[in-house]
Amino acid sequence: MPCKILEKERLIPGQTSKLVIDAPHIAKKALPGNFVILRVCEKGERIPLTIADADPERGTITIVYLVMGKSTALLETLDAGDSILDLCGPLGKATHIEKAGTVICVGGGTGIAAMHHIAKGHHKAGNHVVAVIGARSKDLLLFYDELSSFCPEVLVSTDDGSFGHKGLVTDLLRQRLETDKTVSEVVAVGPVPMMAAVAKTTEPFGVKTTVSLNSIMVDGIGMCGACRVSVGGETRFACVDGPEFDGHKVDFNELRQRLAAFKPQEKASYDHHCKCTCAGEK
Amino acid sequence: MTATAERKPAGGRKIAPRVDMPCQPAGERIRNFEEVALGYTQQMATEEALRCLQCKNPKCVKGCPVEVPIRDFIGQLAKGDLEGAYRTIKSTNSLPGVCGRVCPQENQCEGACVLNAKGQPVAIGRLERYVADTYMALDACDHLAARLTCPAVDPELRVACIGSGPASLTVAGYLSARGIKVTVFEALHEVGGVLVYGIPEFRLPKSAIVEKEVQALRTQEVDFVTNWVGGRTFSIDDLFAEGYRAVFIGVGAGLPRFLGVPGENLTGVFSANEYLTRVNLGRAYAFPDYDTPVYQGRNVTVYGGGNVAMDAARTALRLGAESVRIVYRRTRDELPARHEELEHAEEEGVILELLANPVAFHGDEMGRLTGVTLQRMQLGEPDASGRRSPVPVEGDTYELPTDLAVIAVGTRPNPILLEATPQLKLSRRGYIEVAEETGETSIPNVFAGGDIVTGAATVILAMGAGRRAAKEIRRRLKGGE
Ligand SMILES: Cc1cc2nc3c(=O)[nH]c(=O)nc-3n(C[C@H](O)[C@H](O)[C@H](O)COP(=O)(O)OP(=O)(O)OC[C@H]3O[C@@H](n4cnc5c(N)ncnc54)[C@H](O)[C@@H]3O)c2cc1C
Ligand SMILES: Cc1cc2nc3c(=O)[nH]c(=O)nc-3n(C[C@H](O)[C@H](O)[C@H](O)COP(=O)(O)OP(=O)(O)OC[C@H]3O[C@@H](n4cnc5c(N)ncnc54)[C@H](O)[C@@H]3O)c2cc1C
Ligand code: SF4
Ligand code: FES
Repeated sequence: MPCKILEKERLIPGQTSKLVIDAPHIAKKALPGNFVILRVCEKGERIPLTIADADPERGTITIVYLVMGKSTALLETLDAGDSILDLCGPLGKATHIEKAGTVICVGGGTGIAAMHHIAKGHHKAGNHVVAVIGARSKDLLLFYDELSSFCPEVLVSTDDGSFGHKGLVTDLLRQRLETDKTVSEVVAVGPVPMMAAVAKTTEPFGVKTTVSLNSIMVDGIGMCGACRVSVGGETRFACVDGPEFDGHKVDFNELRQRLAAFKPQEKASYDHHCKCTCAGEK
Repeated sequence: MTATAERKPAGGRKIAPRVDMPCQPAGERIRNFEEVALGYTQQMATEEALRCLQCKNPKCVKGCPVEVPIRDFIGQLAKGDLEGAYRTIKSTNSLPGVCGRVCPQENQCEGACVLNAKGQPVAIGRLERYVADTYMALDACDHLAARLTCPAVDPELRVACIGSGPASLTVAGYLSARGIKVTVFEALHEVGGVLVYGIPEFRLPKSAIVEKEVQALRTQEVDFVTNWVGGRTFSIDDLFAEGYRAVFIGVGAGLPRFLGVPGENLTGVFSANEYLTRVNLGRAYAFPDYDTPVYQGRNVTVYGGGNVAMDAARTALRLGAESVRIVYRRTRDELPARHEELEHAEEEGVILELLANPVAFHGDEMGRLTGVTLQRMQLGEPDASGRRSPVPVEGDTYELPTDLAVIAVGTRPNPILLEATPQLKLSRRGYIEVAEETGETSIPNVFAGGDIVTGAATVILAMGAGRRAAKEIRRRLKGGE
């Protein structure tokens, strides 16, 4: 059933956008950590995107995506009023949330949006949420206002120092862990190298660390095994067993290699898309 | 069609040989995804139908899990009554175009046919396919399907099916033809289950056959809702709360098994489900026109010996592989795939690497698959089931270069709906437990059938289970026998 886009906001023009989509059936069930699988058009690929927010009353879900290749570029061509052909969800196991004290939620890049829903869940459960977010520069920072609206602390790092700490999110994280012994959990969502670095940072402190893995998916319902990841030496399916796992047990190197599996085809697909769009055939 | 009527063999008379199935030549078909078996012509079908002895007590029907009145439809076909033949088949089988193509007839109806004694049973499957296809070509099946619906569908008598494979499609066909409103919920974006995401186009055309059979159900007012996941988008309780009177679970077995050997997560090692889903559901054979990519392999190895392995191997050939090997632990005689598919695969150049078992996959520094170590096997003593089990030949291993490996060693039950429905009683192996006669689960008015009950089996067994459950659902909703 096609789902209508109600609002579109270009967060970082040409790179990252936010969509509010009319999907009451998904909004009703969506919990932090869940994702959807969507297909933009008839010939499109199924791609997973995190539910960054859900409003069961209004019947909407919010997604935030980074334009990476063909499918997200196609999504970027849609506007408010257009429809997404297939939208399936909510998928994946919801984040495990309990009242536990202080939780640090680390977000990088587009991952900040996904992290936002999880942070909100922890906040609602009564935890003291510290948001640690990072981007290359100030203009590329997402969801600062949204997070500030409920997080008592929002710590920011930028590579170029244009806002907050100059450096990496892991610097802020380490400083915090060194001085604050009440931290019960660290949650990280973002690019694979960032999540790997977060897990490495927290390890010496022995703090529970949860990462949300963005492995390649096809069906998202446990049928294909494309999303398999090694966690503690065991093969797990990110779409049904995850996408969140114990960051100290994930084989990030394998994940990185598997994410590169279709690089040449993805490039071919993107080039084909650009050619078709330019020739006005699309 | 000259004087064929007189050629009808009477008792003791010599019986004409079985009519061969015309096929696309092997050299041509490995370059396309079009159907391999081309189907009988009218003349061939009549000739083959006339081989049938019209037994008083037809054995063939007993071999058919949905009890198609085989003798009757063949008799009608032999007389040229195509519409009659189609109606007869449709009276018990909602998917004749599918069954005529993929059923293991040699073990079922044809295996039971009396002419089988001489190894030349009536080609029942091919005749079923001929009848179904000819009707579809005339676009008459839609009419006929509609006309089968004598009572108007009662919107109050609502039944939900979860999953849209052959088990659910059968429930939908049976109930809607009896005035019950059926809604089918499917997690993927296309309806048909394994028929669309698993079995390749060259064996079962999607739009020409599967979609047509689904369309016939739509004219019977069956509703299909795609992208709805049982256990996630909705629960079984939600369905009852919304007024559904009974629920049928036909979610298949889905979750792929892996071998558990080192190197299995290297880039280039795929489950058959992923490989076939990319190609069939994602139409990756038309990449980059379609967006779903598929991995290109030069030296392909496929692990397993069933229909799934055959399909993966033949798909890889069509996608341009230089060599494709099926690695199987036992010998050719034990290969569980349908006979016809094995023959077709060999004609196309698939190599059988028998009595071999993978022990490790190897890759380069980028994590890409480059080769496999195989253990040579031999057949040992027969086990309890009477099957000789493969045992390793100590110390005898060898290497094979491979850059695409496809694992087709079976599936496990998909956990999504089962985890969300803890009241559902499962068997020790994790499949749904049902009452044998009715297909009812441990939850009242919730039924289940197909691969989620039996483990990976066949289209026709899933349909048989659907039919049993549908009969019981009808009895409860409408009374009578
Ligand atoms: C559970 C989950 C949640 C996600 N949430 C978000 C999100 O909220 N926002 C967001 O921008 N991105 C998210 N992603 C990643 C997003 O799915 C990919 O960026 C997208 O599929 C890329 O598609 P493309 O065709 O535009 O690019 P492509 O050209 O196909 O791929 C570009 C790169 O993206 C990665 N990729 C490709 N296909 C997939 C796939 N099916 N799944 C995951 N990664 C893939 C690979 O590293 C690839 O090299 C999520 C991924 C997962 C698994
Ligand atoms: C490659 C391959 C080749 C085969 N070849 C043959 C053959 O030649 N002959 C033969 O007889 N059999 C063959 N089989 C086996 C046959 O296809 C299956 O036994 C049969 O399809 C099982 O039917 P089913 O109705 O139980 O489920 P399936 O066909 O598995 O369909 C189940 C459907 O349910 C959906 N689903 C799963 N979970 C949910 C959920 N939670 N909510 C909603 N929907 C859900 C799935 O997406 C799927 O579409 C083959 C199987 C494969 C994989
Ligand atoms: S058993 Fe064979 S010969 Fe007899 S009715 Fe059936 S198909 Fe015809
Ligand atoms: S995406 Fe197919 S099993 Fe997870």
